[in-house]
Amino acid sequence: MSAPPVASTATVLSALGLVKRFGGIPATDNVTLNLARGARHALIGPNGAGKTTLINLLTGVLDPTEGRIELEGQDITRLAPHQRVRRGLVRTFQINQLFDSLSPLQTLALTVSQQQGLGGKWWQPLGARRSVAERCDQLLEQFRLATVMEQPTRTLSYGKRRLLEIAIALACEPRVLLLDEPVAGVPAGEREELLRTIATLPAEVSVLLIEHDMDIVFSFATRMTVLVNGAVLTEGTPQEISSDERVRAVYLGEEERAPSHA
Amino acid sequence: MNAERPTDAARPALLRANRWKPWEFALWLAAFAAPLADPSHAALISEIAIVALFAMSLDLVLGYAGIVSLGHAAFFGFGGYCAALFAKHVMPDPLVGLAVGMAAATVLGALCSVTILRGSDLTRLMVTLGVSLIMLELANKLDWLTGGADGLQGITIGPLLGRFEFDLGGRTAVYYSLVVLLVFAILARRLVHSPFGATLMAIRDNRLRAMAIGVPVASRLVAVYTIAAAMAGAAGALLVQTTSFASLDLFEFQRSADVLLILVVGGVGWLYGGVIGAVVFKLMQDTLSAITAQYWTFWLGLFLVLLVLVGRDRLIRPWTWLRRRGRV
Repeated sequence: MSAPPVASTATVLSALGLVKRFGGIPATDNVTLNLARGARHALIGPNGAGKTTLINLLTGVLDPTEGRIELEGQDITRLAPHQRVRRGLVRTFQINQLFDSLSPLQTLALTVSQQQGLGGKWWQPLGARRSVAERCDQLLEQFRLATVMEQPTRTLSYGKRRLLEIAIALACEPRVLLLDEPVAGVPAGEREELLRTIATLPAEVSVLLIEHDMDIVFSFATRMTVLVNGAVLTEGTPQEISSDERVRAVYLGEEERAPSHA
Repeated sequence: MNAERPTDAARPALLRANRWKPWEFALWLAAFAAPLADPSHAALISEIAIVALFAMSLDLVLGYAGIVSLGHAAFFGFGGYCAALFAKHVMPDPLVGLAVGMAAATVLGALCSVTILRGSDLTRLMVTLGVSLIMLELANKLDWLTGGADGLQGITIGPLLGRFEFDLGGRTAVYYSLVVLLVFAILARRLVHSPFGATLMAIRDNRLRAMAIGVPVASRLVAVYTIAAAMAGAAGALLVQTTSFASLDLFEFQRSADVLLILVVGGVGWLYGGVIGAVVFKLMQDTLSAITAQYWTFWLGLFLVLLVLVGRDRLIRPWTWLRRRGRV
């Protein structure tokens, strides 16, 4: 495929001048963000900075008022959410979005089937294709869901549900993964497990992580963007961000790690 | 206990769900044996099979895709009238007529499917109700074609497969209805256990997430609504063919409401809910209206209130009534 030379080849996903207004109030204010191939990029900002709105714009849940979104150099601004997923742009949700009456096994099997282009097949049983069942086994094992794989999702513990939330996204075989506070509410014991899974994602998968916990952000990200009031305040390496006075003032200042307030 | 699962546990577990259960065979055996055991009730059994088919089609939409409808009779009636007109004006063969009724309902279903894609449950209830009312009044108004309020009379249905006449005893009719029901049940069963069916349930449970895993929600809903309309149309065609009569009550609101009620009685989202519900509903109607012809719906109402308040699981397990009451 010969992608038009709009963005540099090192950029997988770009938001170009994105604006989203809700009744005149800008929730996203002229955001330009470039996600490099294989990036471990964090998006941080105080509550209400518009991080989730930005994710919703990127994934197509919301339509931008202005601006453009490009994936692999192609304009995806007008594509429906499911079409973006098919192109490898996958997200997780801050609040679990699961299929409560289905089991983790059914959930993963249908997700993998959809990913393998079998979602419209109505003649074969779910899981008849060996590649689907094998991928399910891998994911169930990787996310420690094998023991509860046949229980209805609504009966699972919060930790298991959170693991399933992330497992669903990986079942979509993302090329770009948007993680919206993946470990929010996960008990300490399972947190490391989940973080390790995220850290061991294949290098070619580009990850944008929204996270409040600064320890996680600094241990994970090689690049960071700071969002304040819907606009990009600054972008840089973790070192640059942590030494940026403006960031300290508006964001890190709220945490205990920035005693030297300018 | 079984923490040490083999790594190829997914496939057998998935395929197990698809396997035919012993009780399913028993149910179908009983259904096909019933007209032999009690030939005097062949007409009632035929009607139960038709209503079961109609309810099963609503279950695909409501139970699996989570789309509520108060106007499913639109497809039932349209399939019925088209089959009736075809028999009257073109040819009397029942199977061709059944195909025509289904095809007509399929087209109507595909057209109407755009009306249920957006909005809340309330808007869907109103839109589906509206469509069925439009169909009812069209059938009423186009009396040169449909016979209007008098119904469409003078329909003669040819012998099934050119051999089996629709006799007065209703034997051909009941087996015709049962076989068509069985065929659609097998197809529907395939469908709900397939990846397609699983994505429908995903849409029902969480539309936002279904989109976020790449499920084309709108096209899935169009597909299932159209398939269900085809099944409802087949049920309507069956009723017309087995009774040699089409009237406005094919489209009546009462019919849409009854089928919803039947599905609630039998349970949504497991296909056989329509069958069980149809049996319970029709047998209640038959026995109660024999006792108290005018007021049988009182007992039906009472049953419904109990069913919903007590819960189906507890109602059919009376031995659990004394255990653990206080779980409001």
